[in-house]
Amino acid sequence: MDCEPVLLAHVGRPDSHTLSGYEAAGGYTTLRQTLRDATPQKIVDVVKESALRGRGGAGFPCGLKWTFLPQNHPGPIYMCINADESEPGTFNNRILMEEDPHQVLEGTILSCYATRASTAYIYLRYEYPQCLKRLQAAIDACYDAGYLGKNILGSDYSLEVTIHRGAAAYICGEETGLIESLEGKRAWPRIKPPFPAVEGLFRKPTVVNNVETVACVRHIVQRGAAWFKSIGVPPDPDNPRDIGSFGPKLYCLSGHVERPGCYEAPLGISCRELIERFGGGVWKGRRAKAAIPGGISMGLLTAAELDVPLDFVGPVKAGCLGLGTAAVVVLDETVRMVDFLHNSCRFFKHESCGQCTPCREGTDWALQMLERIRAGRGRLIDLDLLLEIGDSIGIMPGTTICGLADGAAWPIKNAIRKFRDEFEHTIRATNPHGYMATDPVPALEMHALQH
Amino acid sequence: MAVALVNGVEVELDSHEKLNGIQVAARLGIEIPHYCWHPGLSVVASCRMCLVETGTRDPDTGEISMVPKLVPACQTPARDGTVFVTNSDKVRQARAMVEEDLLIHHPIDCPICDKAGECLLQDYHFKHGQGQRRADIRPFTSRRRPMGDTVTLFVDRCVMCSRCVRFTREITGTSELMVVNRGSHEEIDVFPGYPLANRLSGNVVDLCPVGALGDRHFLYRQRVWFMTSHAGICTGCSTGCSIWIDENQDRVYRLKPRTNPHVNQWWMCDDGRYGFDYIHNAERQTRRRVREKDGQHVELEGSELPDRLTRDLKSAGRLAAVLSPHMTVEAAYLLTQFIRQFDPQAMLAMGPVPVVGADETFPNGFCIHAEKCPNRRGVEEVLAHAMGRIVTWDELTEAVASRSFDGVWIAGGYPSPWIDETSARTFDDVGLLIVQDVFDSPLWRRADYQLPGGAFAEQEGSYVNVADRIQSVSWAIRPPAGVETEVRLLWRLLERPGLCRVRDVLHEVAVEIPYFHEAVHEIPPTGLDLKTAMLAASMD
Repeated sequence: MDCEPVLLAHVGRPDSHTLSGYEAAGGYTTLRQTLRDATPQKIVDVVKESALRGRGGAGFPCGLKWTFLPQNHPGPIYMCINADESEPGTFNNRILMEEDPHQVLEGTILSCYATRASTAYIYLRYEYPQCLKRLQAAIDACYDAGYLGKNILGSDYSLEVTIHRGAAAYICGEETGLIESLEGKRAWPRIKPPFPAVEGLFRKPTVVNNVETVACVRHIVQRGAAWFKSIGVPPDPDNPRDIGSFGPKLYCLSGHVERPGCYEAPLGISCRELIERFGGGVWKGRRAKAAIPGGISMGLLTAAELDVPLDFVGPVKAGCLGLGTAAVVVLDETVRMVDFLHNSCRFFKHESCGQCTPCREGTDWALQMLERIRAGRGRLIDLDLLLEIGDSIGIMPGTTICGLADGAAWPIKNAIRKFRDEFEHTIRATNPHGYMATDPVPALEMHALQH
Repeated sequence: MAVALVNGVEVELDSHEKLNGIQVAARLGIEIPHYCWHPGLSVVASCRMCLVETGTRDPDTGEISMVPKLVPACQTPARDGTVFVTNSDKVRQARAMVEEDLLIHHPIDCPICDKAGECLLQDYHFKHGQGQRRADIRPFTSRRRPMGDTVTLFVDRCVMCSRCVRFTREITGTSELMVVNRGSHEEIDVFPGYPLANRLSGNVVDLCPVGALGDRHFLYRQRVWFMTSHAGICTGCSTGCSIWIDENQDRVYRLKPRTNPHVNQWWMCDDGRYGFDYIHNAERQTRRRVREKDGQHVELEGSELPDRLTRDLKSAGRLAAVLSPHMTVEAAYLLTQFIRQFDPQAMLAMGPVPVVGADETFPNGFCIHAEKCPNRRGVEEVLAHAMGRIVTWDELTEAVASRSFDGVWIAGGYPSPWIDETSARTFDDVGLLIVQDVFDSPLWRRADYQLPGGAFAEQEGSYVNVADRIQSVSWAIRPPAGVETEVRLLWRLLERPGLCRVRDVLHEVAVEIPYFHEAVHEIPPTGLDLKTAMLAASMD
C-alpha cells in the first residue's frame, strides 16, 4: 500500500514551520476560498461525507461529533485541540506541530468555522517545548497576517486561538479531563451525559478534536471527500456499524526496529508491512515477539498476528482494544513479557487519576502483583487475579467513568491470554517452591515497592 | 403517571419528581449501597459502589431491553419505563470488587476507629464484600492530622468519596478541603495556613461514610453502639435545626443533624453542634431553695413547694411573670395559666431575647441566626394571646422599678450569663421574687424562691422557629437530681392529675390560641408550618 504523503508533505523542509514557507506551498488558500465561498454547513457536510474518524484514539466519526452541537446556539462555542499527546510510543502530533504548525492551524480555523466556534484552545502537552515555541510563533504570525483575530481575511468570522500548556498528566488527554484541566480544576474526567458537545468547557458547547484530525480536515476541505475516501479501507459489509477507515494516517513506529520514526501510510497497512518496509525490519536481525498496535493501552499483537491491517477494526479482530493512536511498538524475542506487563502496569498505576475506585485500586494491585512475580514470589493464581482485574475495570464493563482503565486492562488481558505459557513458565522457574500456593500472601516490604 | 421498574417491581413516580436509581429503589426498601452519592451534593459517580444493571421497557410492547454494561444508579435518572436490576450476579460481583478494592489500602483499624458501628465500609463489607483478603498489599496505618479546630483526618481510612470536598465547595462556599496527589496516593488535605474553619465544618464528619474524618470534640469519648439517638431540636438559635441527640446514661456525647427539608436539610452549624456542653456543667443549679426570714436560703423538699409557693403568691398582691424565649410553648402557656390564677391582671412579659452578631447565610441558603434562642415566636404568640400585645423586658423592668408589682416570677433558662448586677438590682424591692434558671446569676441570688430549671435535651415540648414552623420533641436525657423541668413543675403546681402530659397541653394551646390552631393535628417529625396553615385557614 502506498500513497503520496499529504500530512507530512512539507516535513523536512527547512522553512516548513514558517508562514512564508507554508504560504509558498499553497497554504491558507483553502481557508481563503472557504471563507469567501462556503458556508459552515458545507464544511460539516464534506467532513461527514469523508467519513473522517478521530485520530486521537477512539476513532469517533468527526463529522458526526460536530453535528451533536446544539443548533442555533447563541454561543460561545468552544473548540479544544487535544495536543496532550501522552500515549506511550506516540509522537505524530509532535511532528505536525513542530514541523508544520500552520497546517494544524489552518485545519483548526476551518474546523472552528464549521462548528461556529469563537475560541479555540490548544491543550499542549507540557513535555513539548519546541511545539510550544513553533506553534506560538505560528499563531502570532497568523494574527499579524489576518488569518486569526477579528474578521478573518475580511469575512465576518472571528476566531481567537490560545495555547494552554498542560502539567504533564496522561489523564488530561481524556476529553473531559482536558476540559476540567482547562478550567483550572483537577483533571478528573466528567460523568456523561452531558457530553461536551452540549455542555463542555465553561458549561458551553465544546468540540474536542485531535491535532491530526484537524490537519486531515484541512486536506479534506481542499481536496474533497472523494479524494479522502480513495485512500484506506472501505467499511466491512458484514458490520453495519463500521463506517470504514479512510484517509492517510501517521504511524509512529518505535521499539526494536532498525528505523523508528513517524511514517505516513494509508489506513489499513499491515503491521508487518509497516515494520518491514518503513522500519527496516526488527533490529539486530532478531525476530519480533509481539507488537503494540496503537499505543500501549491497545494491547498486544503476537508475532503471528502481525498481518492484521492497522485500521480501526483490524486490531479489534485480533483481540486488541482498537487502533488507538497508531503508535506501533515492536518487541523483539528477547523481551520478557513479565517485564513488559510490569512496565505497562507501572505507567497506568502512575497515571490513574484516582477518581473511580476500581481503576485507582485495581491498577495499583496489578502492579503490586507483578512486582511480586518479578521478585520471584509469583503464584500461578496471580495470573487469574490479574485477569479478573483486567476484565472488571473500564468503561466497557461499566465500572469506571473514563477509558483509562480500559487502557490499563487491555495489556494485562492480552499479555496473559496470548503469552500465558511464558508467564507460567516464568513463575514456575522463579518460584519453584511456591508457585502452586493459593493462600493470601504476606505483603512485600514497603521499601521493596518504592521506585 | 411514570412507572419505573426495580427488580421487576413497579414504582410509580410523580411527574415533577427527579429521582435517581438509588432513590427509586429506596421507595421499595431496597438499599443500593453507595459512598460518594449524597442527596445534598452534586453527583460524581466515582465510588462505583452503586453499580446496577439498567434498561428500558418499551411502552407499547412491554419488551425490556437492557444496557450491556453496568451503570451507577446515582447517575441514572428514573424515567417512565426505566428498569433497574440491583440483585443480579453481575451487580453482586461488581459490588464485591469495589468493596475489595476499597479495603486494599484501608488500615482496617476498626477497634480504634470512632466510626466503627456506624461505618458504611463495615456494613457494606458484611453485606457485599468477600470473605478472604486476596490482595498482597500491606495496608497503611492510621496517619492522623488535623484539618482545623473541629475536624481531624485519619488519612489512610479515606475511601476518596470526595463528599467533604464537595461540601466545602457547594454548601459553605469556603473550599478549604481538596484532594492532593494522584491515583492511589490521593489524600484529602487543606492548603497550608488555611485550615478547615467555617461554621458548618462539623458536617463533613457526618458526611464521611467511613472513619476518615473525626470530630475532635467527640473523638474517643464514646463508642457509638453504647449511645441512643433521640430526635431533638437545636436550641442554639432561632433556626431550630432538627437534630439527633446521642446520649448514654443521661449524658449527651454528640449532636448530629436530623434530615429536615423544611429547616436544615442535612446540616447543622458548629455553634449548635458543640454548644451543648453547658448541660453537664458542674456549676448548674440543682437545689430548690427558699429564703427564710433570716435571709438565708434553705433547701426545700419538692413536696413542700406547692403549698408554700401558692400561699405566698396568694398573699402577694399584684403579680408579673417573665417568660423566657428558651421555654417551650407548653411551659410558657402553663406559666401564664398559673400566674393568672392568682392575679387575673398579672403582667406577662417577654424575657431578654439574646442577639449575637448578625445572621450568616451560606450559598445553599442555610442560615445561622443571630437570635440565640429557639422559641421567641412561640412565646410571643402565647403572650400576645394573654396580654393582647407583647410586653418587652425593658417595659417590665421600668414597671418593676416604679414598684408596680408585689410578686414577680422570672423564667430564665439561658445557657450563658444573661443578667448583670445593675439590672438585677431593679428587683431588690419586689416582695416575692421567684426565679427559675439553670445557672447562678445576680438575680438568682436575690430570689426568694430558687427553682432550678431544665436545660436543652431535658425539655419536652414544642418550639416555633423564626419561620413559624412548630416542632415537637420528647426529652433525651433526664435532668440532674433535684431539677424539675419547667413544664413538669407547672403541671404539678396547677394540680393537674397524673403525670405531666405535654401533648395534652399543646392540644389545649391549639384549641385556645388561633395561631397554634393547626397543632391540634399530629405534628410530623419535620414540624408544621403554622403561618401557612393560618393563612390557608383564613382563606376559607
